[in-house]
Amino acid sequence: MQDVETIKPGYPLFNTDEYQEAFARKRVFEEAPATEKLEEVFQWTTTEAYKELNFQRQALTINPAKACQPLGAVLCALGFYKTLPYVHGSQGCVAYFRTYFNRHFREPVAAVSDSMTEDAAVFGGQKNMFEGLENSKAMYQPEMIAVSTTCMAEVIGDDLNAFITNAKHDGRVPMDFPTPFAHTPSFVGSHTTGWDNMLEGILSYFTLKTMEDKVVGSNGKLNIVTGFEGYLGNLRVIKRMLNEMGVAYSFLSDPEEVLDTPADGEFRMYAGGTTQDQIKDAPNAIDTLLLQPYQLPKTKKYVQDTWHQPASAINIPMGLSWTDDFLMKVSELTGKPIPESLTQERGRLLDMMTDSHTWLHGKRFSVFGDPDFVTGMCQFLLELGAEPLHVLCHNANKRWAKDITKLLKDSPYGQDAEVYVGKDLWHLRSLVFSNKPDFLIGNSYGKFIQRDTLHKGKEHEVPLIRMGFPLFDRHHLHRDTTLGYEGAMHMLKLLVNAVMEKLDQDTMTLGETDYAFDLVR
Amino acid sequence: MAIRQCAIYGKGGIGKSTTTQNLVAGLAAEGKKIMIIGCDPKADSTRLILHAKAQNTIMEMAAAAGTVEDLELDEVLKVGYGGIRCVESGGPEPGVGCAGRGVITAINFLEEEGAYEEDLDFVFYDVLGDVVCGGFAMPIRENKAQEIYIVVSGEMMAMYAANNIAKGICKYATSGKVRLAGLICNSRKTDKEAELIEALADRMGTQMIHFVPRDNVVQRAEIRRMTVIEYDPKAKQADEYRTLARKIVENKKFVIPKPLTMDELEDLLMEFGILDEEDESIVGKTAEAEAALAAA
Repeated sequence: MQDVETIKPGYPLFNTDEYQEAFARKRVFEEAPATEKLEEVFQWTTTEAYKELNFQRQALTINPAKACQPLGAVLCALGFYKTLPYVHGSQGCVAYFRTYFNRHFREPVAAVSDSMTEDAAVFGGQKNMFEGLENSKAMYQPEMIAVSTTCMAEVIGDDLNAFITNAKHDGRVPMDFPTPFAHTPSFVGSHTTGWDNMLEGILSYFTLKTMEDKVVGSNGKLNIVTGFEGYLGNLRVIKRMLNEMGVAYSFLSDPEEVLDTPADGEFRMYAGGTTQDQIKDAPNAIDTLLLQPYQLPKTKKYVQDTWHQPASAINIPMGLSWTDDFLMKVSELTGKPIPESLTQERGRLLDMMTDSHTWLHGKRFSVFGDPDFVTGMCQFLLELGAEPLHVLCHNANKRWAKDITKLLKDSPYGQDAEVYVGKDLWHLRSLVFSNKPDFLIGNSYGKFIQRDTLHKGKEHEVPLIRMGFPLFDRHHLHRDTTLGYEGAMHMLKLLVNAVMEKLDQDTMTLGETDYAFDLVR
Repeated sequence: MAIRQCAIYGKGGIGKSTTTQNLVAGLAAEGKKIMIIGCDPKADSTRLILHAKAQNTIMEMAAAAGTVEDLELDEVLKVGYGGIRCVESGGPEPGVGCAGRGVITAINFLEEEGAYEEDLDFVFYDVLGDVVCGGFAMPIRENKAQEIYIVVSGEMMAMYAANNIAKGICKYATSGKVRLAGLICNSRKTDKEAELIEALADRMGTQMIHFVPRDNVVQRAEIRRMTVIEYDPKAKQADEYRTLARKIVENKKFVIPKPLTMDELEDLLMEFGILDEEDESIVGKTAEAEAALAAA
């Protein structure tokens, strides 16, 4: 029983005798299999034979390492000034997007749905679109509504262009009210595809028909496109570096402020973001740099075909040399030299890498996440002399697999690496059981792999280093940075200190292993 | 010049696929570059061009490969008579899944893989029966087909379906550039067929672009999996298809249709003697009741 003076949370409350007895009765009532049987099955799932079976799986995904398209579309839309993300489809999907972002960014997230129900599935969702657009504009007073779709609307083939135009003809929202849209079927691609689709939708809405007076380079700016980005620090570090270089820029989608509003007594439904004028001016930029090129094929095509900008090929600016490449590309495009401040920052990173490399050399890391993140992470690990082992990306394509395989095989530290595309975290679980890495790098969902490996025995445990998206079970990690020299410094700290932490754990037994429980490492 | 994209609709079994392929063969014979996209799970929109039983469809290849993203364009795009590029969207077996989504997936795939090449003169979508759901309207979304041709005959249900299709077009015409371009009458040799379809076209605000007579040479060619144009270019029927092709090339009459109400349609059918004047007094009367009434 709870005592009002000392209320216990679920843990440790459920460990008390009273609850343990209730759980035991529940097992009897539910006719649960014997604990020994459960343990036997668990052990079987850690074997090589099970791994073989697991990799023959065809029609089932267990613990996907990706989310769905409209989630990405919502994040993209949030990055525009006074823009309301609007999802044409069922309500539950949007509730999920909101909670997903709430838990990662720890901010309220404004997004609406037009709540399609069974009648809409039969008659089409045009009525929902009419009322949804009208109500959203009246209630939340956005200056733009960015429309995406859930699977339901996609299966019945709702045509956003027709519905939105009809809604305008019907007087639901003014003809000139901005309503860019993107079809984002959840059963195709992933959250990164949805982000790309939404951005292309927004860019084409504002610039496709107004290209006559546009001249590439005439505004002297660079456009920056982040792609699906879960780290606010990454938006900030790119801006800081460009500011230090004196380069003028526009972020195309910039949710830095709306996902980090201060607690000063004022609720901000909208804050900051890319303005409509910035979008309209974007074709006049020198170039548009795509920071996560593997996830932005549509944007790239649009920038090249419609804006006639080169969309210069770059890698994600992660780690030392790819940040070098990024800054040199910026310098080459704008003619601005790389300032002393950044050169010094680079030197400091290199100093840190030298200080720590002995601890990281030869350590084996399994990595999962979005394609560009995984590529950048591997590049940095190779720079540190650490060894990527399992490299898994659920939402990448064959070209990515080819490229990253080459990256790994070209380095002496990548020789043992194995690349997996379209595989899920249940596959990864099998992989780390049969060939144990020292650490796992990935989002919060990786913790279940750590738990399972620990259950097999302390010597099998693969500790998780939390990086990527989403990060639900630790606070404020979304504020961190993984891009630029600053991001590399941060990642280096996480990696090397994870090694120290593990070593401390292993050497903390008094009188037994503590000869290596060193104060200085 | 921009690609002209045309969608062919019409009641099931009316001869859409046969008419489309013959017409396209006629265009190809004139040197036009054309792609046919079959939007029907039956996948019979390209067999006469390819001399094949049924082409491998996008959806069936995708199902085998696991995902559409693993497909390559040249696995699903085949070139047949007259350099005509052929694709079939395909779809599920009857009674399961969602054929409409198959059409959307297939067309998105073709767009992303660059099947709509600049040098094409025409793209023809051969679409299943009625516009039963949003998926089958995919070919008439913005930046897709802007000309719709409806294949029709003098039979009541065919005209009824044509009128329904016109209703569907109106939904898209108000927001975009899609227009009804004409009715193609594929003759069933019913009474006053040409006049009737002319009248129907007139009331809908469009035209009967051509009257294709019935001719057994079409069936003879079909048995050989060929179009008439290819099988027997000297046949009179081949001339008919070539005429249709020429009329489509020269067509300028693109309208937002004015579909008829049920009453208007019935009036028209009565005018031509296809439907009898409705006798309200006999509605709901059984044979027994009628016999009793007659006896009285």
